[in-house]
This record gives sequence, C-alpha cells and structure tokens, in this order.
Amino acid sequence: MHDKTIAELAADLRDGKVSSVELTGHYLRRIESLDNRLNSLITVTAEQALETARAADAARARGEAGPLTGVPIVHKDIFCTDGVRTSCGSRMLDNFISPYDAGVVERFKAAGCPVLGKTNMDEFAMGSSNETSYYGPVNNPWDTQRVPGGSSGGSAAAVAARLAPGATGTDTGGSIRQPAALTGITGLKPTYGRVSRWGMIAFASSLDQGGPMARTAEDCGLMLNVMAGFDERDSTSLERPAEDFNARLNTTLKGLRIGLPREFFGEGMDPGVARVIDEAIDFYKKLGAEFVEVALPHSGLSVPVYYVVAPAECSSNLARFDGVRYGYRCEDPKDLMDLYMRSRGEGFGPEVQRRIMVGTYALSAGYFDAYYLKAQKIRRLIADDFRQAFEQVDVILAPTTPTTAFRLGEKTADPVTMYLSDVYTIAVNLAGLPAMSLPAGFSQGLPVGMQLIGNYFDEARLLGVAHQYQLGTEWHQMAPAGFE
Amino acid sequence: MSLSQEQVKKIAHLARLNVREEDLDTYARTLSDILDFVEQMEGVDTEGVEPMAHPLALSQRLRADAPTEPDRRAHFQRIAPAVEDGLYLVPRVIE
Repeated sequence: MHDKTIAELAADLRDGKVSSVELTGHYLRRIESLDNRLNSLITVTAEQALETARAADAARARGEAGPLTGVPIVHKDIFCTDGVRTSCGSRMLDNFISPYDAGVVERFKAAGCPVLGKTNMDEFAMGSSNETSYYGPVNNPWDTQRVPGGSSGGSAAAVAARLAPGATGTDTGGSIRQPAALTGITGLKPTYGRVSRWGMIAFASSLDQGGPMARTAEDCGLMLNVMAGFDERDSTSLERPAEDFNARLNTTLKGLRIGLPREFFGEGMDPGVARVIDEAIDFYKKLGAEFVEVALPHSGLSVPVYYVVAPAECSSNLARFDGVRYGYRCEDPKDLMDLYMRSRGEGFGPEVQRRIMVGTYALSAGYFDAYYLKAQKIRRLIADDFRQAFEQVDVILAPTTPTTAFRLGEKTADPVTMYLSDVYTIAVNLAGLPAMSLPAGFSQGLPVGMQLIGNYFDEARLLGVAHQYQLGTEWHQMAPAGFE
Repeated sequence: MSLSQEQVKKIAHLARLNVREEDLDTYARTLSDILDFVEQMEGVDTEGVEPMAHPLALSQRLRADAPTEPDRRAHFQRIAPAVEDGLYLVPRVIE
C-alpha cells in the first residue's frame, strides 16, 4: 500500500478499495516501526490523524470528497498547526503549541488530508544537511550514515522511506530541491508568492516559499493544487486565477527548447552526477526536445549574495523571539536585557546565532551599502540573466546539487563549505522562479537529482516536462533497502 | 576581513545574543570566513543597477482601515512564559 503514489492512493480511496482510516493506520504503523532509524519526525500526531481520517471517510460516504480527501501527509515543522507543537527545529520553540493554523495547513485540512506528524528540519530552516536541528540529525534512508539534505530533510526522508506519500516543505535557498535530490524524491519550489507564507515561520521573507515533496511530478501537482492560492494575510501573496497544475502533464515535448546553463556544468560537479545528467539530456532529446546553451553569467555570485540577503532578513525576522510572549525564556532573568540576551543565547543554536550575527553586521551603520545594498543590486543582475535566458528557452535543465548525499558530520565544521552545497539552487530563489528536482539516476548507490527551472508562473509546464520523464524512467519508483 | 573577539561581542550584543566566552573564538573565525566569502561581491560593477527587494515588482496591497481580527488575547497568552491580568510579565524596568 505504501508503495503507491498519491494519485494511486486517491484512486483507491475513490474506488472504495481502502478507507482513509486503514491507510492512515498503515502509515502510522510504518512510522512507529521504522522512524527510529531515520528521526524524520519531531512530533507524531496519531490521534488527530485518525480523527481526520474518520471524518474523511464519512465525508466520502456522504459524497462530499475532494481529490485528496483521506490521503495522509506530513507537514514540515515550520508550518504552524493549531494545538500541536510547532518547533521549527529549535529549542526556542520546543514548548510552542501553536494557537493557530498556517494558511497551508488550513488548506490541507479543508482538503480532508490527515496529518501524520511534523517533520524534522534544520533549525529555523537554516542548514543544508538537517544537522542543525535541536532534535538531532535525520538519516538518509539510502545510507543512514549520510545526511538527507536540508533544510526539509525530515520531509524528504519520510517520503523516500514511504512513511508518508507526500510532505510539505519550504525552500529559501534550495531547502525543498536539495533534500529531494539527496533522497531520490520529487520536490517543487513554486514561483515566489504562489503559496501562502501566513503561519509559515519566517526565515528570509523575500525568498521563503512553501511547496510539495512527493514521489512523482503528478503527486506534486496534486499537492500544489491544494497548497497554492491567494491569501490576503500574506502581503506578498499572488492574486492569480486558480489553475490545475497538472493540466499539462501529457503535453508533448516535441520542439520544447531546454536551456543548459554553462555555469552549472563547471568544476566542482561530481563525475557521477555529470554522467546522470548527460543521460537525462539524451532522454529528452529522444522525446524531441531541443537543447540550447544559455548563459547565466552572474549565477556564480548567488551564494555570496544569498549569504548577505538571507542573514539580513533572518536577523530582522528572528528579533521576535525575545522570551516575552511565547517560546523559550531563560531561568531567573536579572533584568530585561538579561532576559533577552540569555533567552536568545540559550534558545538558538550556533548556526542560527551565526546567521543572525552576519545579518546584524551587514545591516549595521556604515556597512549597509557595502553588504545589503550591494547584494540587492547583484540580485537584480542574477534575475536579469534568467529573464534573458527565458527569451531563448522554455525551461532550464541543470543538476540540483554538485554531489550526492554527504556523510553526517562531513561539513559541519566549516559553514562556507556547507553553504556551497546549494550552489545550483540558490539563484532560483533570488530570482523568485519556480523550479523542481526529480530523481534521475544513481551514483555509487546514492540518488542524483535533476533540476528543472521554469519561467515565472510556469509550474504546470515544469510538471509536464518532469512527468514525461517519469513516464519513461523508473528512478522515481526505486525504494531504499529496508523501506520497500 | 577578520573580526576580533571584541567585534563579535559587540555584534552579539546588538543582536541580543548572549555568547559564551569559550564560543567567541569559533564565532570570530566562522564569521570572518563568511565575510571573506561574500567579499567576492566587491568586484562586480553595479553602477546604475536598481536594488531588487522583491522578485516580482508588485506593489503592496492596501485594505480598509477596519478591525479584521477578533480579540484572542486570552488564547494567545496561554502559551506565554509569564502573564498577570492580561499583561506579559518581564523583570522590573523602572525602579
């Protein structure tokens, strides 16, 4: 049952082959017996999940079921869930029982999806390996000595290990795509503004975007149909007519122009990754796609630009955690300053503190122009590169990551080395474009992800291009040993 | 760019972070590494380039100046570290 996709499970529920209570119970039992090997979930919400499942079955009996009614999912623990701990992977919020639901959580509730639990993540989504979590690292189901990527590492590992058929994630610099690549699943970062940021704990507001993580492009489309839509409570939410993101799954790729950015195929890429991407290019050629070399000359600056913009925005966003209204408060503060300093010093982990300090420095008097303003200018140059590329091509294809999953502890001592694992994903966030990662093969037994980048609002086309690949390949069906 | 432990202390204070003495050295090293890394930006000609704050050049929506939220103070204060009579408690500020 757990080897089925969301589309297949939804069909089985519709045909009465399985009930949501049975399905939800099955996944909860898998979580109970297998997650001790992964640590992919911070909180399991078994009772609430079964209650939603019973309601979903009753709604179906009344003829009131929607496309995903009864399909269980997991939420990244960055999305506020009413009455359930929402930790954001941090000691700061270890005691935070959210008093409200995020916009995304409301939408899945309205769709009738039981929530099995909240997934582990890098603290406040700051990390590329899931090792900054207060709740400990997540292990990659393909090799439990390796990281699943981050920051949505728990969501990725849970879907790869078939502990849930789909998960929500967030992507500020690659946090959906990089873990999707490292665990062999499919993940989509939508156009900035597609998915409501209301109740999605903010890291870098001009970059943060929620999105689906599942096994197939079709499943990501089904989830995005639930997640996307205007929310007046998010000041940067896009006002656009509703669309079916799976409307173009069967569009032919004959004549599709695919761009290959030469800057993404340079040194630093693992030969095993390069081989897999070459094979994917050959596959698309057979389907009739045309390849065009494109230039993104400023993309090499995306990581340094990001590590000014993101910390600057994080230092401002995380100022709200002050030990006064909710979250962690230190013991016996002697005065107000001591309360602030120790609550934040003890509540945040080292990587979060480091980024708050980088941002504080970059925004401080005398440095603002040299860092933040300079970064925002180069950000425009990076976005303009993409604009020009999309005048020549329909989508851009590249690797998602330069290497496969690295070992636990391998990059924790050196932040800059860790930051460079997002070298192929970050430019997309700076530009606000949609992009996805899908499984394209293996290198030495570890999954390799292919990245597809689309023009603004072009999610449906991206999903179609990915679906056509998945119709002709089996990489997305591979299950890690011990989790089949 | 190399930050001294004194500079790290000053930044940490601005950010209201109590950094332990024994961690100052690591922070000084890693923060300096990050600042060195982002210095690559200096070589880029950005003369006349408009800074980009938002991926899509949209203007902020406005709404009518009318209350939209119900009063949920008691609900929200249930998770506060310390409250009394509907107020959040902090250490005495004025003697």
